[in-house]
Amino acid sequence: MKLEELRFGTELLKRGFASMQKGGVIMDVVNAEQAMIAEETGAVAVMALERVPADIRKAGGVARMADPEIVMSIIDAVSIPVMGKVRIGHFVEAQVLEYLGVDMIDESEVLTPADEQYHIDKTKFKVPFVCGARNLGEGLRRINEGAAMIRTKGEAGTGNIVEAVRHMRAIMGEIRMLKGMDTQEQIDFSRDIEAPAELVIECARMGRLPVVNFSAGGIATPSDAALMMQLGADGVFVGSGIFKSSQPKVMAKAIVEAVNNFDNPEKIAKASRGLGDAMPGLDIHTLPEDQVLQYRGR
Amino acid sequence: MGIRIGVLALQGAFSEHIDAFKLALQVLDPPGHSSVIPVRHADEIPDLHGLAIPGGESTTISRLIDKNQMRRPIEEFEGGIFATCAGMVLMATEVDDSRIRTLGLIEMNVERNAFGRQRESFETDLVINGFDTPYHAIFIRAPVVTSCGPRVEIISKIEKGIVAVRKDRHYAIAFHPELSTDPRIHIRFIQGLGV
Repeated sequence: MKLEELRFGTELLKRGFASMQKGGVIMDVVNAEQAMIAEETGAVAVMALERVPADIRKAGGVARMADPEIVMSIIDAVSIPVMGKVRIGHFVEAQVLEYLGVDMIDESEVLTPADEQYHIDKTKFKVPFVCGARNLGEGLRRINEGAAMIRTKGEAGTGNIVEAVRHMRAIMGEIRMLKGMDTQEQIDFSRDIEAPAELVIECARMGRLPVVNFSAGGIATPSDAALMMQLGADGVFVGSGIFKSSQPKVMAKAIVEAVNNFDNPEKIAKASRGLGDAMPGLDIHTLPEDQVLQYRGR
Repeated sequence: MGIRIGVLALQGAFSEHIDAFKLALQVLDPPGHSSVIPVRHADEIPDLHGLAIPGGESTTISRLIDKNQMRRPIEEFEGGIFATCAGMVLMATEVDDSRIRTLGLIEMNVERNAFGRQRESFETDLVINGFDTPYHAIFIRAPVVTSCGPRVEIISKIEKGIVAVRKDRHYAIAFHPELSTDPRIHIRFIQGLGV
């Protein structure tokens, strides 16, 4: 490489960007005003959306990428990174967000999938992607397609942490299991979970996913956020949990505080006092199967 | 006794710095038992020889430094500080964003996100004063130094501005030496600690 020759959009730059988010809270916002509140309360990045997941559930119909006008107004309002969601497999929505200057794209099951067979070939983009996963196999398939960050799918818009816990435990548990296997067993296991063998072996060697692993989908309180951190998350996405609570600013600060002190009950207790009402929750078991978002994309 | 290095572990790429310092110490192999620890409490700072402030979000890290009562201990820290990316922003006396309370430990003006957004992030081979071969540098939403005081040594500069400086034992680097496998910058910092 020649001196001062620049290379853009490399794997290292994408994964490096994701590393910079570690220990942080990424907040869903739907306008510039919310984005500024998120930045002021200590978010490391914002996710620019037309509606938060709880409202996407209520609205029904096809959920798509946000209006570029909303995305641009949020990009102009804050100096922290701005992320945006596209439908699974909808690479043109991703091209549009990349053009707009979004810093990371979430290929998200929260929106209605555009392709039931294939995810986006994320290696074709200069901007990094984050994708949801329910288990190790799903996470490694996304990494193989070029994802620079994995997040648990959880069950978005429910304010119920149970699915995020299930998914984080699945990923971390499978990695722990791998460490006790020899290489042949790991290769065999990679066939069971339909993931590339080399990525499975890499996970076993590192004792973790080869990219940053966040938690998302149902975080509604500071304790929820700290729970996911203690289970091994590198950071959290909070969707409806902040701006669907009765005092968004106070809740946002409290969740940032809890993530920063995730192993300190005294600080979590202090952060949790007098927050008003958390978002109203949904019992996952009462959801009809076609409204369960995590089954979208495998 | 050995060299004690701490990495501020409030937010950002702190584990990468811990690994990079461990690699640098392995190469240097100083006498005694050296250690690299994540720093999450203010009372851990005074005992260190070196403290790294990693990349992450400068707005977030600056808030967390205050929230965790670390501002005074860092300002009064007698060892060397190794600050990368967001860390460089925090070390400055002036930054182009009034919401960030900097530490003001190096007399310089810093521009945040000077190259643009993530799609403008880049890798390149850099000339660094004192190294006989180029250093492969990773710039992620990086800042640059637009001007600095007379007692600040410029270590590396590109067209856009100054990207690495030293002031006494402190280093401020716009890119991410903790993400490359080349430990030379970490080694130079450790050697300058005077332990």
